[in-house]
Amino acid sequence: MTRNVAIAEFFYCIIALIFLLVGIKALRDKSHPKRISTTAFWFILAFTFSVGPYLPHWITGVCVLAIAALTAANRVVQSASDVPEAEVTRKHADTLGYKVFIPALCLAIVAVLAATFLPFGANNAIGISAAVALIVAYLITKAPARSAVVDGTRLMDNVGPVGILPQLLAALGALFTAAGVGTVIAKGVSAIIPDGSRLIAVAVYCIGMALFTIIMGNGFAAFSVITVGIGIPFLIMQGANPVVVGALGLTAGYCGTLLTPMAANFNIMPAALLETKDKYVIIKSQARVAFVMLLVHIILMYILAF
Amino acid sequence: MELLKLIGVLIVIIGFVLKKDTIATVVIAGVVTGLVAGMPFIDILNTLGKSFISQRTATLFVLTLPVIGICERYGLKDKAVDLIKKTKRATSGRIISLYLAVRALAAAFSLRLGGHPQFVRPLINPMAQAAYIAKHGQADEKTEDTIKGYSAAGENFGNFFAQNCFMGASGTLLIVSTLNEQGYPINALQIAMMSIPIAVIAVLVGIGHNYLLDRHLDQHAKKGGK
Repeated sequence: MTRNVAIAEFFYCIIALIFLLVGIKALRDKSHPKRISTTAFWFILAFTFSVGPYLPHWITGVCVLAIAALTAANRVVQSASDVPEAEVTRKHADTLGYKVFIPALCLAIVAVLAATFLPFGANNAIGISAAVALIVAYLITKAPARSAVVDGTRLMDNVGPVGILPQLLAALGALFTAAGVGTVIAKGVSAIIPDGSRLIAVAVYCIGMALFTIIMGNGFAAFSVITVGIGIPFLIMQGANPVVVGALGLTAGYCGTLLTPMAANFNIMPAALLETKDKYVIIKSQARVAFVMLLVHIILMYILAF
Repeated sequence: MELLKLIGVLIVIIGFVLKKDTIATVVIAGVVTGLVAGMPFIDILNTLGKSFISQRTATLFVLTLPVIGICERYGLKDKAVDLIKKTKRATSGRIISLYLAVRALAAAFSLRLGGHPQFVRPLINPMAQAAYIAKHGQADEKTEDTIKGYSAAGENFGNFFAQNCFMGASGTLLIVSTLNEQGYPINALQIAMMSIPIAVIAVLVGIGHNYLLDRHLDQHAKKGGK
């Protein structure tokens, strides 16, 4: 195991610890209606993150099926958390002032610095920045030691099982590639894209991302399908910069998110929350910007990627 | 029978459209795709397990949660509210534009401002509505709806297009792991940097959009459409 891999495994064990603590929080919540299954979900996840790499891969595969079965049966529910009262946060805000932004700024800035100047790799830089920011947070807020656990598990529980969706989607992309799904989509799309037309390939990829996101309401899911099927064969393999294609590909999908009632938590629920007469008023307010941004994506990707 | 391989894509679409459990949908789509392609079940489990392990990078954002949780407890959101309340010479469009800029900056620095329930409803929409009333008097129902729509839109623009500027954002990590899995060795710093131009453009386009809202509201009020 190289040094950087060892550091990465250490950070994955910290993540496993956070999952374990969320599970314990559920286990100790005696009034929790789905206590055992929720605990099992977080414990299984902790298991895959910490010891998964040292076991035959099919065992992790079985664990993934198990967590999917638990969420499918709706057996994973938030447990009781120590949520800070509005008066408490207001009082702290008045004492600390704008200094409370410093730890959060540290997260982003230290990550960039560590990735640029330290030899541990960009992924480990995220872990390093989290550690530095946590120390800074303790120094500034003088919070009790248990705060990291209380507030970390509270947020993790709040994010819930959906937090591992990006990881699962990347794994799905791998299965799609192994099964040859990308090749099939690529064959279909090659009918639209004339040989060597970079601009049309860029347009098809960006519009494809937006359309798939409109249909599914989720840009992440669209990204794994469309990037494997269109982005890689028609752009990256034709010499486009993968960084540009990836970065702008996902946000091109977000242009679709602005237009779809499928993304209910961004477009429909807030309308209900604001008690609008027209429940599509948010989508209508966003439509013009969505189309302008999609056009900007196509132009920008064409200029930057080649 | 090539087309049959697309069944996984179909399952993902149907699962998301019908709002089925997202995790189960994705896992089922993967397993079925493998079966249709004639992979033995144990190979499917191995591929699934292997990529799940190598894609743990996509879940690195979890490491940032304790810090953000502590900052929230110590008044992060309250101070963001204070910042926005300082608006001078407020019009509906300017308030929403300021929020858009603050929201984008916050997203780029991984602060979770909580969006619609915590900012738009209790703060941004009431301020934007009040600015209209101060300038033009009571708003009619349609105007009120329009301002609500633009307030919520400002939150979405700032949030969506700026979040990938943070190395530990789940979208950034998704891009990195998807491309790494396909054999392209890119990293989170590169994706975060490459996400900056579109974030800046989105804020500018949003500000232009809100400027047009102000003009539209002025004209609407002039025509007597209260």
